[in-house]
Amino acid sequence: MSLTSDLHAGPGDRFARPSAAAFTGGFLALALLIWSFSGSELSAEKLIRGIPAMGNIIGRMFPPDLGRLDAILASLASTFQMAVSGCVLGLVLSFPLAILAADGLSPHPVIRALSRGLIAFFRTVPDLIWALFFVIAVGLGPAAGVLALMIDTIGYAGRFFAEAMEETDKGPREALSTIGASRTGLIFSAVVPNATPSFIATSLFCVEKATRASVVLGLVGAGGIGVELKVAFDLFDYDTALTIILAVFALVVLVEQVGGYLRRRII
Amino acid sequence: MSGLGLPALPDNGSPRGPVVSLAGLRKSFGQRRILDGLDLAIPAGESLALIGANGTGKSTLLRMIVRLTEADEGRIEVLGEPVRQLGGASLKRFRARVGVVFQKHNLVARISALSNVVHGVQARRSGPRSWAQCLAPKAVREEAMACLEAVGLADKAMQRADSLSGGQSQRVAIARMLMQRPELVLADEPDASLDPRAGREIMELLFRLTRDKGLTLVFVSHHMAHAIGFSDRIVGLAQGGIAMDRRALHCREAELAAFFEEAPVMASAETMAKPVLEALA
Repeated sequence: MSLTSDLHAGPGDRFARPSAAAFTGGFLALALLIWSFSGSELSAEKLIRGIPAMGNIIGRMFPPDLGRLDAILASLASTFQMAVSGCVLGLVLSFPLAILAADGLSPHPVIRALSRGLIAFFRTVPDLIWALFFVIAVGLGPAAGVLALMIDTIGYAGRFFAEAMEETDKGPREALSTIGASRTGLIFSAVVPNATPSFIATSLFCVEKATRASVVLGLVGAGGIGVELKVAFDLFDYDTALTIILAVFALVVLVEQVGGYLRRRII
Repeated sequence: MSGLGLPALPDNGSPRGPVVSLAGLRKSFGQRRILDGLDLAIPAGESLALIGANGTGKSTLLRMIVRLTEADEGRIEVLGEPVRQLGGASLKRFRARVGVVFQKHNLVARISALSNVVHGVQARRSGPRSWAQCLAPKAVREEAMACLEAVGLADKAMQRADSLSGGQSQRVAIARMLMQRPELVLADEPDASLDPRAGREIMELLFRLTRDKGLTLVFVSHHMAHAIGFSDRIVGLAQGGIAMDRRALHCREAELAAFFEEAPVMASAETMAKPVLEALA
């Protein structure tokens, strides 16, 4: 058919029937959704029945009880210490691991695959599971939390550090390689300076992430303010629980704001 | 004197062997043969301009000299080293003796011009003291400053590389190459992507610096005036080999332009036209 006759044939059918594959895909997606909700035991009846209870809890939270504010702030400081130390340890260990995992920088494909596998394993196991593991290994308290946050940070920062280094401009690398520079010289002279903004952004995000995570880790005995929160809920001490939640909220917002400011200033 | 009144090739009266010796060099990319049995000898101290249409293998040839690209066949002997037989540490030692100036300056963007020049010392020494100017020993910093001085950019030493103009960046890249203390300099279109004045200044600088030190210079350029003005010898590539080899003094721009017009690239007309014909079908 000529181009001219095509032009005069008018617009095509705008509501074409979906293909068999598209229809099957849509059907499977719907089935997955229904199956997921059926397992969640969530129902409108439960929600409606739960509203008075929720109102009751929220009502009992007000006004927040500031009687234990000193202890809560001390616990919050301990949580932040845990977050910073776990995160910094994780970032420091992420760097060499990321070099081993980065395409074009790793000394051998097997080492690269193993490093990537280790980073992926650290990332896929949730921090709460790591905390449970370290509570058993080193006992209750912040040390377990620090180790859990360290592993969680390696899983996250290791991947992003490696990607940042892989994405740097290949030109300076080639120029230094042509000079006869060593692999270490090439990494620290040509790759690291160009990847620094990404390293900073990732590190700041890791601190924010670790601060949020450190609150939850206390629920499984890994120290910090999470322990206080769990005790407050267990004792139906909801007004103290609100004080703790507000303190955590203030800390997380503060860390995020400072992180955002530093990102803007440095990058 | 060369074409633009620049210093002539030093003649110390002693015959020197070729710095670069290529024999029977072959290179293909897929079905497309770029070089087909190329032979070339470049004596010490000579400035040689490589010209030719796009796809005739000029850049590939330069890259094969430092083994950034592997040759399929042939012998490459540079500075007395059998380049194709080198590997690991011996290849690094050889590369340290050859300075390469790329079309794209390839500077590390986020650090100072001085730190970029300090990197050139990695041809001779490794370790953290060669990674940045702030870590470098005083002697290295002073040498790097002297290299920047030589390219006329001492006042920009602490300026970040990504804040420099194209011409200034190329000057820093030349300073980095000088810091390397090379015995042979290869330059792949150092005058490309620069305005005519900056391009000419870069070529003049490169030529003067290499001539002053008695270094051999091999450069690729699409500017006929630069090929004539800054070389002793012009080699034109076409059809996988050398289609023209003349002293620069005897060349005229019009003749070189005619060479571009008349000399076909190695790939057959059928190979070149195939994608176009397919697109039209």
